[in-house]
This record gives sequence, C-alpha cells and structure tokens, in this order.
Amino acid sequence: MSPRRWLGRNAIRIYAVLAFSYLFIPVLYTFVFSFNDSAKSNLTWKGFTLDKWAHPCGAPDVCPALVTSLKIGFLATIIATALGTMIAFALARHRFRGRTATNLTIFLPMATPEVVLGASLLALFLNLHVSLGFTTIVIAHVMFCISFVVVTVKARIAGLDPRLEQAAMDLYANEWQTFRRITLPLVTPGIAAGALLAFSLSFDDFIITNFNSGDVNTFPKFVWVSSLRGIPAQANVIASAVFLFAFLAVLVGQLATARKKREA
Amino acid sequence: MSAAQGIGVGEQQAHEDRQRDQGPSDPSRPGRRRLTPYLLLLPGMAWLAFFFIVPLVTLLSTSTQTRPAGAEIGVFTQTFRFSNYADAISGYAATFGRSFGYAFIATALALAISYPLAYAIAFKAGRWRNLLLVLVVAPFFVSFLLRTIAWKQILADDGWVVSSMKWLNIIGPQDHVINSAPAVVIGITYNFLPFMILPIYASLERVDPRLMEAAGDLYANALTTMRKVTFPLSLPGVVAGTLLTFIPAAGDYINSALLGNRDTTMVGNVIDSRFLKVVDYPTAAVLSVTLMASILVLVSIYIRRAGTEELV
Repeated sequence: MSPRRWLGRNAIRIYAVLAFSYLFIPVLYTFVFSFNDSAKSNLTWKGFTLDKWAHPCGAPDVCPALVTSLKIGFLATIIATALGTMIAFALARHRFRGRTATNLTIFLPMATPEVVLGASLLALFLNLHVSLGFTTIVIAHVMFCISFVVVTVKARIAGLDPRLEQAAMDLYANEWQTFRRITLPLVTPGIAAGALLAFSLSFDDFIITNFNSGDVNTFPKFVWVSSLRGIPAQANVIASAVFLFAFLAVLVGQLATARKKREA
Repeated sequence: MSAAQGIGVGEQQAHEDRQRDQGPSDPSRPGRRRLTPYLLLLPGMAWLAFFFIVPLVTLLSTSTQTRPAGAEIGVFTQTFRFSNYADAISGYAATFGRSFGYAFIATALALAISYPLAYAIAFKAGRWRNLLLVLVVAPFFVSFLLRTIAWKQILADDGWVVSSMKWLNIIGPQDHVINSAPAVVIGITYNFLPFMILPIYASLERVDPRLMEAAGDLYANALTTMRKVTFPLSLPGVVAGTLLTFIPAAGDYINSALLGNRDTTMVGNVIDSRFLKVVDYPTAAVLSVTLMASILVLVSIYIRRAGTEELV
C-alpha cells in the first residue's frame, strides 16, 4: 500500500489519536507534576519525588478543603437526587397543568451561565442578609444539580417498557407494589447516573461556589486561591488520586455490565 | 324526616369522605391521582423557585438601583435608573464582543475537533467503543482548575510546545502564546470539549448504518453521503453540543483569568470583580442580566434556524 493510501485510510484514526492527546495532555501534566519536588510554585519541573504522595496532607489547608468539598458533594447529591427524581417521575408519568412552565424551569438553569447563577444567588443572600458559608454553598449546589438529575432520570423512565408494569398490575400487584418491585429497580441505574453526575458537578464547581462561600474553603477554591502564590504539589496528588479512583471505578463498572450482558 | 336523622346522614357522609381521603392509595380514585404530580413537583420546584427564579428577580431589581450620595459601601437603593443599562453596555461593549467572539470561535473549533472524533467512536471503534467513551469523560475527573493551570505550563515560553512552534517558524522567536487571546480560546475549547463530543456521538450512534450503505449503493461518494445523509441525521446532536459549549463558554472567565491578559477580559471577569472586589452590585447585575438575555436571544434564534425543538 502506498503511504498516501495508508494515510487516507487511517486519517480518521490519526485524527482521533490527536484529539485524545489534546484531551489528555493537561491530565498528564497534572499527574506528572504531582511527583514534582517543588517547594512553593509547582509550575516548573524541579526533580522527581514520592514525598508528596506519601504526605498528601503535607501542605496547609489542602485536606480540610477536600473534606469540605466531599461533605458538600454528598449532601448536595442526596438532596438534588431526591428532589430531581421526584420531578422526573411527575414529568414522565403524569399529565398535569403547568407542564410547560415546569419544563422551562428545569431547562433554564442549564442554559444560564454559571457566573449569572452565582451572582444572582449572591444578590439574594445579600438582600436577605444571610451570612455566607457551608449552608449557602449546599443550597447553590442543589439548585444547579436538580436539572441534571431530572434530565438523566427522565430519560431512563422514558426508556422503560410499559408492558412490564402492565404485567405486574395484571398479576394483582397494586400501584405501590408495582412501583416498589418493578419500576424503582428498573429506574435505579438512571438515578445512580444522575447522582454521580450531581456529585461530580458539585465536587468540581468553582464559579458558583466562589460567589456564595464566604470564607469556607472548598478544594477548587483552594486551588484558585493558591494559584496566585503557587499551588502545592499536594493538590496535584489529590486530583490525580481522585482521577485514578474514578477512572478505575468506571472501568470496573463497564466491565461488570459487559460481563452481565454476555451472560444474559 | 327528623332533624337528627339528617345530621346523622351528614355525619356518615363526612365520615366516608374522610375515609376516602385517608385510605390507601387506589388508582381508581381520580382525586388523589390528580394531586400526585403536584406533590412530587412541590419540593424540587420550590427549591428552584426560591434559589433560581427569586434570585433572578433580585438581580433584575438590583440592576436599576443606585448608590445614594454619602451612603456606606454596599448600600444601594431602588431608583429604577434604567440608564444603568445604557451606561454599562456602552462601557463594556468591547468586553461583550470579546466574550461572544471567543465563545463562537471556541465552539467552532470544538465542533471541528469533536465531529470526526465522535464519528470515529461511533463507526470505527468496534469493541473499543465503550472504553473510548470513558476516555472522553475521564478528563472531567481532574479538577478543571488544575487542568487549566496545566495549560499555563504547556503554553509557557520555555515549554516544548512553544519551542517547537518557534523551531517550525509558526511564531517568531520573541512571540508568546501564554497570556494571549489564542491561549484563552485554546483553554475554552479544551474545557468544554466533552460537552460537544457526547451529544454528537449520541445522535451518530442512532444513525442506521444501512442508510449510509444505501447512499453508497446509489453512487454517492463518501463526501456526498456525509453531506446528504449522515450529517443531517446527526443534526440534533450538533445543535445540543454547540449549545452546551457556547453557553458556558460565553459566561466563562476562568480561562481568561488564568491564560489571558488585561486585553482578553470577558464579561464574566467584570461581573466577578464588580461583585466581589469593587462592590458595585448594580453594574454587575446589569452585565449579568444583559449576558443572560443575549444568550437566550441567540439560542432561540439558533434553535429556530436549526429546526430542532426537542432539546430537553
């Protein structure tokens, strides 16, 4: 095969490799610089060390900020998932007045830039003289996570085979039993996906948090504040550890689903 | 009929009604069913009403306030001064232009990068498809601030990217990439790339490959098949992807703050500093309202022209 034909045939693969490089080079940098033997600024390479991985809490404020982010993430996820799932069921399973308005109210927060969401909520809190802190961050996070949960769960409910529920009813299950035994288990993967999405949105949010956090420090806020005077390599260690953990979890999940499918 | 009897009947009726209201859920009773959706909606919609709608109204009201002469910092009164809008918009016209310009270029670049990639994953990846999809999402697992700071390192003057660009004479020996408009656009494009790839992939995956084969059988070459069959069928994904990229890109200020300079200021930067540093809430509110309104107008024109109503 001539080189030109080879190129033509593999153009899209080469393109894909380039695109994936673009996606992963910054991730690689974050990972590599977690081994950097840096003192203050972590922008230039000073030498290899495992020291930062051995002492991930070695830099001041890193771990408390991480713990705060995790707490906020869990709390916001639980509330947003519960509220969003209920809305999703109402929208997918019921006909009612005010449907269009509801759909619009769900869609709008996703179509609003974060800076506007953050600024408007801050304007409200300032007007009501609410002191900013942990609670206001959770309130903000639940607000922008609900829509994403609704969309995810609604898609799952819409994909269900209605005959499964009809069959349960035919077999004398009442409405509650049908919901509990048939509908809920089938929708659970959608709810789980919505919760994961909510958690990752909350955990990584900076803009809205920055507007409504007062002096509470979350992990992204810690990164932002310390970026002015030099981010400790421990931040890279924590980010890399989160990345590896999430990546492995997703990979294991994928493999498990693939195996289940093969067995079924 | 005695009065006592009448009361008795009334009581019995009331008792039955009470039983019906409190009794176990029964699908055949329409009153309860009609109430269910509203009960399901109530907590979530109340949350959105209090913490999304009311704040937007507050923002709208803040935007026409002024600071009375001699008042303390941070105290503003409602004077319905609508010329706040004229002042802020004329003062920040260039900033708005930059925000939408960068967002537009970044969206176009992201589309150019994402479409072939989504196509490759949907049609050429075979059994690697799911793994590649995980890889598309995986960068999200790293804090986006750290990834943006990584771009600062990648595009630094002594980094390998800039050195090789100088060696290839793409840029002059004295030129910089970091702290410039191109660096900001590179950062924005990077930041929202998965938002573009995933919807396009989702709609390409639903395209029946037999339609593409049929086009080939009818003597369409690869380009014509793409133009007349594949691309039109994937249009909903393209529309969703461009919106999911353009909207956050127009409001973004992190890339501009970390990778740009004073001349790359976007609306988000101004809103942030007016609110949190300068304590000029009315101007920040005016800019936020204008940003959101212009995005909504652009989006609705775009959706109408693209001819897809189903987005959510």
